[in-house]
Amino acid sequence: MKLNLNKGLLSKATLLIVITLILLAIPAVALADGPTVESNAVAIDTVWVLVTGFLVFFMQAGFAMVETGFTRAKNAGNIIMKNLMDFAVGSLIYWAIGFAIMFGVDYAELFGTTGFGTTGTFEHLGLSIPIWAFLLFQTVFAATAATIVSGAMAERTKFVSYIIYSVVISALIYPVVGHWIWGGGWLQQRGMIDFAGSTVVHSVGGWAALIGALLIGPRIGKYGKDGKATAIPGHNITLGALGVFILWFGWFGFNPGSTLSGTTADIGKIAVNTNLAAAAGATMTMIFTWLKYKKPDVSLTLNGALAGLVAITAGCNAVSPSGAAIIGALAGILVVLSVAFIDNVLKIDDPVGAISVHGVCGAFGTAMVGFFAVDGGLLYGGGAALLITQIIGIASVFAWTAGTALILFGIIKVTIGLRVTAEEELIGLDIGEHGMEAYAGFEMKAPSVNL
Amino acid sequence: MKKIEAIIRPGKLDEIQNALAAAEILGITVTHALGFGRQKGYTQIYRGQEVTTHLLPKIKLEIVTADEKAEEVIAIIVKNARTGQVGDGKIFVQNVDEVVRIRTGEQGEQAI
Repeated sequence: MKLNLNKGLLSKATLLIVITLILLAIPAVALADGPTVESNAVAIDTVWVLVTGFLVFFMQAGFAMVETGFTRAKNAGNIIMKNLMDFAVGSLIYWAIGFAIMFGVDYAELFGTTGFGTTGTFEHLGLSIPIWAFLLFQTVFAATAATIVSGAMAERTKFVSYIIYSVVISALIYPVVGHWIWGGGWLQQRGMIDFAGSTVVHSVGGWAALIGALLIGPRIGKYGKDGKATAIPGHNITLGALGVFILWFGWFGFNPGSTLSGTTADIGKIAVNTNLAAAAGATMTMIFTWLKYKKPDVSLTLNGALAGLVAITAGCNAVSPSGAAIIGALAGILVVLSVAFIDNVLKIDDPVGAISVHGVCGAFGTAMVGFFAVDGGLLYGGGAALLITQIIGIASVFAWTAGTALILFGIIKVTIGLRVTAEEELIGLDIGEHGMEAYAGFEMKAPSVNL
Repeated sequence: MKKIEAIIRPGKLDEIQNALAAAEILGITVTHALGFGRQKGYTQIYRGQEVTTHLLPKIKLEIVTADEKAEEVIAIIVKNARTGQVGDGKIFVQNVDEVVRIRTGEQGEQAI
């Protein structure tokens, strides 16, 4: 018996050795081409773009938690569904259509015309990284713009109407702006600086949110018969805080990742600028609400961190750290004033402050580059040329976004309708739109029975 | 038989339960309640809008006892729930027509 086993083992080992020797005889296997400095740089850049892209993807969780935390429990499942589909539908539509409009071969400096479904060539982009990494990175940015609107239109929007909007913004509204500023369009040719997208991403989402919230009207109970605003408190500020922290974390991908290169020396400075702006925003909002409302307001301070982040997104590579802190701090004050203005003067109901954080502070941050850019900013002796370009960019993007959003939401409104019925709004969209409750079994009723 | 319904401050529940257990009075139903008598509400500010909350969190106790024990139960609740501030609560006493123990079908005072 022992002899037989040894014989079997011996013949197996011999076979293995023979095969290995044959394989080693093939040069390609024995001596594979080693990495070069150039291929390593490309690899670093690719890994960088992908990993920062994954961080930006995680911001979807951030948006979802902020929006659900700041709204009522009876609508939680619906908010989650809207955020989920913003990303899911957006990923598909952007790959199929939006990416081409944004980065395809240019027509008249207005929009791209090639690359639908990533067909054809993208050599005109001059990328050092594979197109797939670039596509993924741009997809998560597009999804960020789209998901801003769900917060402003929360608690009263028909789900199917929202999906339609989400398709159009990812297919058309956002990519055109992206082409103007990043894809070779006219604003890029003018020299507009929007490094990671205060205007491209955040103000597009913010202005679409403005028009959407305007057309759909306020939630039932938001304004009294005398037109005075009341508070409709969110059901879970801890979830909202989790969302803000996730967004802050994801922004470390959003801003530094926009270098598209991990071998760039600037990524550290960009990360610091990002953090300082967020910190300054949160701190200033805390101080400002403490003075204005006698107590530091938790949900507004959370918005303040985001305001700083949105504002620095345009100039994170162009400004100094002290400039970043100042921009963030000013955004922290601006967001509080804007929330009060939109709530009380414009009487537009924005449950999470999306219009103020993303629209107003996005435009503000873009304009601030005209002052604080170390290279060409007004405060550094660069004159007003950059500032004027920034303002032209802000205004034209507002016009395009608000205009197309008006047409889009307007058509939806007069055809299938934007808003759920009053009865459904009172019961909650979870039951009305999805036939389920996010909080099945929990008692989460507000003391005021009508809300 | 009497049903003693008491609205008390939430923080006083533990003391009352311990005291009732010490007096060997078993059987209680506890619910969360919102309400006010003369106690004023409080004002919050949410994102710059003032919200006045009038309905305050309270705890409601319901205890069913034999007639002779009612005074004792009321005394225990009053002693342990009183702080002397507005908002201490109220006790309502009602007559109970019938009590049934579901497990055995017993009725009347034996079922308490």
